[in-house]
Amino acid sequence: MNIHEFQAKEIFKKYGVKIGEGIVADSPEAAVDAAKKLQEQTGTKIFVIKAQIHAGGRGKGKFVGTENRGVMIAKTLDEVKEKTKLMLGNTLVTIQTGPEGKLVSKVLVAADVYAPGEMEPKELYLSILLDRAKSCDVIIASTEGGMDIEHVAETTPDKIFREWIDPAVGLQGFQARKVAFQLGLSGAAFKDFVSFLPKLYKAYRESDASQFEINPLLRTSDGQILAVDAKVSIDDNALYRHPDLYAYRDLAEEDPLEVEAGESNLNYVKLDGNVGCMVNGAGLAMATMDVIKLSGGDPANFLDVGGGANATTVEAGFRIILKDPNVKAILINVFGGIVRCDRIANGVVEAYKKIGDIKIPIIVRLQGTNAEEGARIINESGLKVQSAIVLKDAADLVAKAIAK
Amino acid sequence: MSVLVNKDSKVIVQGFTGTEGSFHAQQMIEYGTNVVGGVTPGKGGTKHLDRPVFNTVKEAVEQAGANVTIIFVPPAFAADAIMEAADAGIKVIITITEGIPVTDMMTAKKYIKDRKGITLIGPNCPGVITPGEAKVGIMPGFVFKKGRIGIVSKSGTLTYEAADQIVKAGMGISTAIGIGGDPIIGTPTKDAVELLMNDPETDAIVMIGEIGGSYEAVAARWIKENGNKKPVVGFVAGQTAPPGRRMGHAGAIVGGAEDTAAAKMAIMRECGIFVVESPALIGETMVKALKKQTV
Repeated sequence: MNIHEFQAKEIFKKYGVKIGEGIVADSPEAAVDAAKKLQEQTGTKIFVIKAQIHAGGRGKGKFVGTENRGVMIAKTLDEVKEKTKLMLGNTLVTIQTGPEGKLVSKVLVAADVYAPGEMEPKELYLSILLDRAKSCDVIIASTEGGMDIEHVAETTPDKIFREWIDPAVGLQGFQARKVAFQLGLSGAAFKDFVSFLPKLYKAYRESDASQFEINPLLRTSDGQILAVDAKVSIDDNALYRHPDLYAYRDLAEEDPLEVEAGESNLNYVKLDGNVGCMVNGAGLAMATMDVIKLSGGDPANFLDVGGGANATTVEAGFRIILKDPNVKAILINVFGGIVRCDRIANGVVEAYKKIGDIKIPIIVRLQGTNAEEGARIINESGLKVQSAIVLKDAADLVAKAIAK
Repeated sequence: MSVLVNKDSKVIVQGFTGTEGSFHAQQMIEYGTNVVGGVTPGKGGTKHLDRPVFNTVKEAVEQAGANVTIIFVPPAFAADAIMEAADAGIKVIITITEGIPVTDMMTAKKYIKDRKGITLIGPNCPGVITPGEAKVGIMPGFVFKKGRIGIVSKSGTLTYEAADQIVKAGMGISTAIGIGGDPIIGTPTKDAVELLMNDPETDAIVMIGEIGGSYEAVAARWIKENGNKKPVVGFVAGQTAPPGRRMGHAGAIVGGAEDTAAAKMAIMRECGIFVVESPALIGETMVKALKKQTV
């Protein structure tokens, strides 16, 4: 589960991780109030207005139809109001949102932390995530902050440092010092980082996070280490033990069909193709999407109805797929193991009758336990549903359905 | 000789008396698996499915000689169950449970690594089957006819699909290993492939992967470095999956250029694996692969 920057910073703050202070606002007036409050707290005269969406690349991203960026500087309270207006209610497209972009309904008004001083402020990069191959957490740091880290990894891999954490003992002091030296920190900034990193790692572990990304991490002109940005994802499997973090879930950031599917306990991901599919098992579901593509179509969704598929789940699945106007055909692909194909077939027929007039072709491929019986039920139902037993035949039927 | 489980395996079920545990224990017994009992803390001393229930895995090892366990314990307690089994001296730990927090698995995997000679399969997997000998999993047994083709797969139903195609093409299965679809699993693709490469009862291997992570690439390179001793047919699910989205399995998410289906398939091809783009072609490609190998 992804959360917003301002929520991530709330977690950081709780663990004593120093952040660039900011206040979230959902209207231009609230943004001005937030700026006034920040001015009192920090003495800042310059503000940074940051669009709050679950995607990175906001600084370079642009609002649809404009040259306005997702992160803007405001030097007066009037500018705070004006720039917030440019963001709220508009759609921001960044490298991570895809071309459709994301609607901005909140901004973070942050204090400017780039004030000049004895040193030039320096942007760094820091993240913590899971190294799947090594089955442990890894800290990734770079002197090249404020840029796309994938680009840095490609062009100057020697500027990226990795430090793996032994899950049995956690982050050790020498590791924090090592990363600090690699980042070229010295004096007050070195000390600050050596205290910053263990707090950050503690926050990461105790939140059951799967990603913390701070880009940029700032060494200020007076040698402080601050998280200026924060991108945080929490391990979905661990949310049950973090009701406080689960409360951060923002349904507005999710596709409404996906939210609805979730309520019916269906694992659904909306895609932009023309052939819907309903499958038991995640691997087979992905494979079925691939079959659709190879048959000349494009998958409209990923949908895993799970091991206990029945008439209710099939009906719920149908209804969700049919709400997508792009869908021109539906392929149901179930490998009946414990779930018997005749039961699925009956479920399909029942659901079909309940929904009524379905105008698009439906192909049902049932294989496994009682497959023949399943096909018979489909074929004798009198409904406009085609059946297949072999996956290849189902693929051919999809190709035909799309060609029409 | 067979891989991981055979007719002599003494299997226990952790989470024996729960709904899932009961149902699948019954199915395994019907299949002919030597289920010697189960563990449900607090119910020790009773009987379930005509087999003894133990309070701890240690008791099951001492009193019933258990050497293989299958875990159906709910996600919040599953990592603990894995470590309990390892501590009790069980050498093959098969974890079916889906939804275990990553941090829990990190701890459990480290715990297992520190004790030598333990194989953890899963979590979030269908288990292991050696047809005609033992089914320690949740797969439909009848699909898996005995034969000489090994299967390694991240996915459940896709494993059944592959087995079915192999059987329909006139062959059969030596052992099928469902390694699981989580980001952290006990036995990565390469280790499972290695087991089958070294198994005298396996002539060829089906290797089924998914988007996310680097296990398939590591396995492919290992196969090549070891001289492609047996033909391998490979498929990677998720060619059409968009980046950054989790596709059902917790581990099935494209994070970078390297873990897309296309990238993995390219590496597999370079390493001499017979890669199929359509999952419908696994069976017939295996027939071709075996012919090529013998020509």
